[in-house]
Amino acid sequence: MSRSAVVVAIILAAALFAPWLAPYGEAQFVGGVWDPPSVRHLLGTDNLGRDMLTRLIFGARNTVSIAGLATTLAVGLGVALGFLAAALGGWVDALVSRGVEILLSIPVLISALMVLAALGNSLAVLIATIGLLESTRVYTIARAIARTIVVREFVAAARLRGEGLVWVLAREILPNALPALAAETGLRFSFIFLFIASLSFLGLGIQPPAADWGSMVRENAPAINFGLIAPLYPATAIALLTIGVNRLVDRYLAAESRPGAA
Amino acid sequence: MSAAGATAGPVLRIEGLSVHSAGGVALVEDVSFELARGEVLGLIGESGAGKSTIGLAALGFARGGCRITAGRILLGGTDLRLLDAEGLRRVRGRRAAYVAQSAAAAFDPAMRLIDQICEGPIRHGLMSRRAAEERAIADFRALDLPNPATFGQRYAHQVSGGQLQRAMAVMAMACGPELLVLDEPTTALDVTTQIEVLAHLKKLIAGSGTAALYISHDLAVVAQIADRLLVLRHGKPVETGSTADLLTRPQTAYARALVAERAGVALAATASAAAPSAAAPVAAASPAALLEVRGLGVHYGRQAAVSDASFTLAPGETLAVIGESGSGKTSLGYAVCGLVPARTGSVSLAGVELAADYAQRSREQLRRLQLVFQLPDVALNPRQTIAAIVGRPVQFYFGMRGPALASRTSELLGLVGLDPAIAGRRPGELSGGQKQRVCIARALAAEPDVLVCDEVTAALDPLIAEEILQLQRRLQERLGLAYLFITHDLATVRRIAHRVLVLWRGRIVAQGATAEILAERRHPYVAKLCAAEPEMRPGWLEEALARRAGTEPSNEFQSAGGN
Repeated sequence: MSRSAVVVAIILAAALFAPWLAPYGEAQFVGGVWDPPSVRHLLGTDNLGRDMLTRLIFGARNTVSIAGLATTLAVGLGVALGFLAAALGGWVDALVSRGVEILLSIPVLISALMVLAALGNSLAVLIATIGLLESTRVYTIARAIARTIVVREFVAAARLRGEGLVWVLAREILPNALPALAAETGLRFSFIFLFIASLSFLGLGIQPPAADWGSMVRENAPAINFGLIAPLYPATAIALLTIGVNRLVDRYLAAESRPGAA
Repeated sequence: MSAAGATAGPVLRIEGLSVHSAGGVALVEDVSFELARGEVLGLIGESGAGKSTIGLAALGFARGGCRITAGRILLGGTDLRLLDAEGLRRVRGRRAAYVAQSAAAAFDPAMRLIDQICEGPIRHGLMSRRAAEERAIADFRALDLPNPATFGQRYAHQVSGGQLQRAMAVMAMACGPELLVLDEPTTALDVTTQIEVLAHLKKLIAGSGTAALYISHDLAVVAQIADRLLVLRHGKPVETGSTADLLTRPQTAYARALVAERAGVALAATASAAAPSAAAPVAAASPAALLEVRGLGVHYGRQAAVSDASFTLAPGETLAVIGESGSGKTSLGYAVCGLVPARTGSVSLAGVELAADYAQRSREQLRRLQLVFQLPDVALNPRQTIAAIVGRPVQFYFGMRGPALASRTSELLGLVGLDPAIAGRRPGELSGGQKQRVCIARALAAEPDVLVCDEVTAALDPLIAEEILQLQRRLQERLGLAYLFITHDLATVRRIAHRVLVLWRGRIVAQGATAEILAERRHPYVAKLCAAEPEMRPGWLEEALARRAGTEPSNEFQSAGGN
């Protein structure tokens, strides 16, 4: 197993088993402000005297699960609409594509800030907003891939047979788009995860006292002024997960493009 | 760095080249040759002789799973085997370029032609976008492509096969390479287009001084363009020599057989003009017509691809549709199937008029009229197993499942001469001929009455094509199928068709029994088509072109049909 796979697996395990792995409670005050690493607190404590390792583990759980749900939503919606637009063409394609372009023309962060400010930042709103905004990116890619597939003769053969739209999309187009879409899903997860981290950094993402890596960087940022490395722990976690997922995607793509993989 | 040294020695020198497949089978063994500046070397041999493998090796490339195991590939003094991926990237496209057999598969369908053609020079940092475009347009003009200024704005599917092949040559020449590898560039084209593309390629190579490797299985074609020939068999060189020498005085038994076979084909083609008359078909427009087409017109935008086409097809009959690329053959076939809705006229099957658009036809109507596509590579979903591809129509139309479906699938595969054991494989694991058999099996799975065959043998090499034709004839005798057989190959027509319909610029210019139409050559286009069949001697191309220049009134108009 590659190093990237090990890193991602450890983070996923931390996310799944957080309550059992973490030495303390998520929001439990157990020490002084920014205590240095010790046997009791392996990575020291944070700005409010909470155990840093515990916060990191719970942070993995919150960040990864929310990013995962938002990615699922973005990819599901983006692929469904992208495929439909490519397969149907005409006014459906024109309508959806123009709508997506309007959304694409506004920076994601600005749109997200507006929506979250208007609707409040409950978890459901957060996930729906990010999923919807990011689905526009997935849409453009899914549509472009599907457009190169729908013009091939095997799709014409299926249509001439009288197959319905669902069969054409799910059985003829999807399998051929899968490698590219899988890569896009991995990348999209990285982007969404970073996006959530930045929203949290701005105070609009996951709300305290729940731990998440982006807010942890923000809360502990002043420690840098005192020569302490506290904010670097969550920052490193963010970097590791991002790089790990990207490297996994690269490996998958390399395996797919190897001869014999069609 | 080596550009200066390149002018002195040979452009390409291959020494002791060997290529092995993943399984350790030798595809090419100990091949050596040299190629001087401006020289064209023809690589000839039947399929599996290693021609394409050598051509790709000249670019320092081996197909998936294969490895270059020995030898040196010196391009202007640089050994390509010693270069890393980045070094190779710099060579490919810029110093050595490739023209593939299937231009349709080589162009990205979602990119405009001009963007793809200019990509090489821009990426290699040779020209600005503007300069690259200007050069491409000049080349379009030199190759007689229609509307050179705007031709590049089209997508690959909007131009005909012959035009696309020429566009591919423009793309290959965009960086002014030292070496051009042409892999069967005219094999998929009809004879009249083949002449044009051949003449243009010849002009392009001569004008640029590029050295070229020309790969073909057709001696008559290679004879027109190559200075020297290298005959290959089972990956080993058999004989080499100048084109004239080799054609007139072949030294080895194998080369003699190749020459004799090609000469034999030409003889047989002229002798057996009246061959397939056994199953005397029902006279035209009889009440028993299975398929009846009246006044069919197909348009792309404002341009008419087919106008006012009327014909009938009786049960068990083969009607060949011939015409050059862009003449509307494929459009006619697609309109019959409803894939491209006809704007005018009607198509009736067994007396019932069909909707113009396939989406409005009933499932039963769709079932009875099946289409076999030209390129088996793109007609089969690469991600489905053969069992799924052939079994789906059975399941879809007849509701069969489980063991019944599996046994019917095996039966169908057996019917087209495939081993049912391949059911678990995917199309990528099959050869071109096997893939076309799968396409036919998929069409037969629907138990159709009429099979529209769009150039089904065009992409296959002659031996395999012959097997497919024989298979189709057997199936016709056994199942009483009617074929609407679209083709550009007159030899095929003579062998398989009862009647012929000649399309020219979207109109039917002649229709009747095969022997009559081809023997009388009443319409000038039919005569031109017959005269375009290549003959195996150098210089034939120039003669044929000169003859055409005399007979063809206006050659400027070229339809951009969907072929």
